[in-house]
Amino acid sequence: MSNGMKFRYPVDGNDFTRAGEISSKVKKQLKQLGLPPEVIRRVAIIMYEAEINMVIHANGGTIDVEITPEQIRLVFSDTGPGIPDIEKAMQEGFSTASHEVRELGFGAGMGLPNMKKNSDEMKIDTRIGVGTIMDLIVKI
Amino acid sequence: MKLAKVQELLDAKIHAGAELVGQLEVKDAFGSDLMSDVLAFVQEQGMLLTGLRNSQVVRTAEMMDMQVVVFVRGKEPDEEMVSVAEERNIVLMSTEMTMFTSCGILYKNGLGTDGKAGESLV
Ligand SMILES: Nc1ncnc2c1ncn2[C@@H]1O[C@H](COP(=O)(O)OP(=O)(O)O)[C@@H](O)[C@H]1O
Ligand SMILES: [Mg+2]
Repeated sequence: MSNGMKFRYPVDGNDFTRAGEISSKVKKQLKQLGLPPEVIRRVAIIMYEAEINMVIHANGGTIDVEITPEQIRLVFSDTGPGIPDIEKAMQEGFSTASHEVRELGFGAGMGLPNMKKNSDEMKIDTRIGVGTIMDLIVKI
Repeated sequence: MKLAKVQELLDAKIHAGAELVGQLEVKDAFGSDLMSDVLAFVQEQGMLLTGLRNSQVVRTAEMMDMQVVVFVRGKEPDEEMVSVAEERNIVLMSTEMTMFTSCGILYKNGLGTDGKAGESLV
């Protein structure tokens, strides 16, 4: 389990234009490793939604990617405001995104449900004023 | 449908991936200004039509393996978007037509209808 490949990437919270660059990098890497397209697609969707969330809701953070022959583990950690009501946040259409974010094409409240749909396991650990850790697994 | 045909039908300008226009074909498309909806609903559609104009449009297409983005309502991509698209072999086009008209014309000409264009699909 622990003899997989591990990568850590910082996410810049101030640059919406560049949000998604890490997702793009990891997607390329998974392609090079020859993983099944379906797995790559699921990881890409999760990573991109989470990366965008870190930028628009949490002022950046860190992404950890761990690849083993069995699974890909994705951990998104931020020191943002935390999520007061996870159950609500997980509902399709629920969003606290600002008008500005909506004009950029996000903030439709589809991110977290789509991350759940595309993962085999999803854990959220959040504390108000401290931050949020999302831990997801995609089985290969 | 050949991309060259898409370009002709929409009277579109090419901004990136010009060399691919003569080669690529698309079977289906998705139209939206909400990128999260693209990430949630797109399956095999290879082309995105959108009225949104920012770098996340190109990123979203990349994530979903969509090879073509058509900007509607006269929106044109900026340099940054063009360079990301060129790097990823994504074609960027723009048309003056609205989303409704663009989709209607493509659909009428067989895109996304599995060759059943003109028949009542309802
Ligand atoms: N990393 C995060 N930190 C704080 N709040 C978050 C984070 N990710 C998501 N949220 C909250 O959960 C809500 C739903 O997220 P999501 O489904 O991605 O929709 P959207 O990003 O479109 O608002 C967000 O509006 C926000 O309130
Ligand atoms: Mg989101």
